[in-house]
Amino acid sequence: MKHVKTLNKK
Amino acid sequence: MINQNLIHTFTQNGISIALDVHSGAVHVLDPLSLALVEAMARLDMPLPPQCPDSLARELGYPEADVREAWEELYSLYEAGTLFSPDDYAPFASKMVPSPVKAMCLHVAHDCNLRCAYCFAGTGAYHGGRSAMPIETGKRAIDYLIHHSAGRRNLEVDFFGGEPLLGFPLVREVVAYARSLEKEHNKRFRFTITTNGVLLDDEKIDFINREMHNVVLSLDGRPEVNDRVRRRVDGSGCYADVLPKFQKLVEQRRKSENPQYYVRGTFTRYNLDFAEDVLHFYRAGFDQVSVEPVVAPADTPYSLTEEHLPAIYAEYERLAKILLDIRGKGEWLNFFHFMVDLEQGPCAIKRLRGCGCGNEYVAVTPDGDVYPCHQFVGLDGWKMGSIWDLSLDETKKADFARATVYDKPECQKCWAKFYCSGGCNANNLQYGGSIRTPNRISCELEKKRVECAIMIKAAEALV
Repeated sequence: MKHVKTLNKK
Repeated sequence: MINQNLIHTFTQNGISIALDVHSGAVHVLDPLSLALVEAMARLDMPLPPQCPDSLARELGYPEADVREAWEELYSLYEAGTLFSPDDYAPFASKMVPSPVKAMCLHVAHDCNLRCAYCFAGTGAYHGGRSAMPIETGKRAIDYLIHHSAGRRNLEVDFFGGEPLLGFPLVREVVAYARSLEKEHNKRFRFTITTNGVLLDDEKIDFINREMHNVVLSLDGRPEVNDRVRRRVDGSGCYADVLPKFQKLVEQRRKSENPQYYVRGTFTRYNLDFAEDVLHFYRAGFDQVSVEPVVAPADTPYSLTEEHLPAIYAEYERLAKILLDIRGKGEWLNFFHFMVDLEQGPCAIKRLRGCGCGNEYVAVTPDGDVYPCHQFVGLDGWKMGSIWDLSLDETKKADFARATVYDKPECQKCWAKFYCSGGCNANNLQYGGSIRTPNRISCELEKKRVECAIMIKAAEALV
C-alpha cells in the first residue's frame, strides 16, 4: 500500500 | 469523533499511527491517511466503498490522492482491521471464577530496609513484624493444591517484606512442593522478589537453581536509590547490593533459569528516570523495569497531575534511547514497553488482567488469605485461611467479574485491552472501589502503550 503500512481478534 | 472508541490515533517520534482497538491492528499512516482516518471516524457506519465527494474535495490534499488513500483504508475496514466492532464484550459474561493457580507467599512481614515509598509499611503491612513459620509455608502449598482443581502449572512467589529474612523457609517450601508434584500431577514454578541485602553465594546458587524468575529491587543511580531505599540506620544500600545483583545475574545467564529483571521505582525525585534505566544498562543489566510510584498525593515523593507532562516526555525520550541501543545491535528490554502485536494475551487475560482474588491469592505469615499482596492488612479484604482451607467464594466471584466491561471508566478507553482494567488494589486505595481506575496510573499506562507501539513501528520501518 502507498499510504498505509500495517504492522501485524480462541 | 463518533467512532473514537474504535480507533486511537497518535503521532510520536515523527511516526503517525492508528490502533484499531478491537482487532489490535496497528497501521502506520502518512499525513494524508492520518487526516483521512480521523475524518472517517466522524462518519456514520457502515462506511461507503467510495470516498464521499465533499470529503475528497475538502481534506486539503489532491482529490485523486484522497480517493486512493480511501481505497486503501476501506480495504482494511473490510478486512476487519480498521473500525472493527467490539466482539470482546460477550467474553465478559463468561467470567466465572477460576481455579487458584498462583500464590504470593509472605515469608516475612519484616524487612531490613525502610524504603520511604513502601506500600507494605516498610515490610510490616501496618501490623506487627513477624516471620512465617515453616509449617505455615507447607500448609500454604497444601492450600494452593487444594484450590487449584485441575490446573497443573502452579506458581509461588516468595515475597515479603524481605523473603531472604526467611531463607530456611524458602528452601523447605520449595523441597516440600517438589515432593508433591508427582502425587498431585502438579508442576510448580517459583519466583522471588528480593532487595539483595542478604544475598550470598549460597543463596545465589539456590535462587539460580530453583527460581524461574527473580525480581531484583533497586532504583537506579546511587544517589536516587539511597535517597529512598535506606537501611534501618538510615544508610543507603546501593553500594552493597549492586555487586551482589551483578554476580547473581552473571551466574544466572549460564543457568537453566535465565529470567530476571532489575526492578526500580521512580518518584518525583527522579523524573529523569531514563537515566536510571541507562544506569542499569551500563551496569550490565539488560532486563529492566523502572515503574512509577503509587502513593498518596500528600507524600513528598508522590506523582501527581502536575508531573504528567514531564513523565510523558521522559517516556518518549526513553523510547528513543531504546531504539538507539537496539539500532547498534545491542539489547535492552524495558518491561513497560513490551507489547506483542502478533498475538498477545488471550481474551480472558485481556479483560481481567492479573487475576487477583480469583486465580491469584496472597498468604500472610499467620496463614490468612488475601486477594493479593497489596490487599494484605486492609480491613474487610481477608478472603480465607489456609488452616481450614476456606476461601470466600462470594469475594472470588466478584473479582472474577471485575473486567474492563465492569469498570465504567475502562469501557470506552482505547487502551483497555493492554492494561486490562488496572491494578484492583490501587483502584480501591485511590478510587474507593476495585472498579474505579486511578487516573494517573491510566494516563501513564496509555503513554507507555503508545511508546511501545511506536518502537514496534520504528523497528518495522527500518
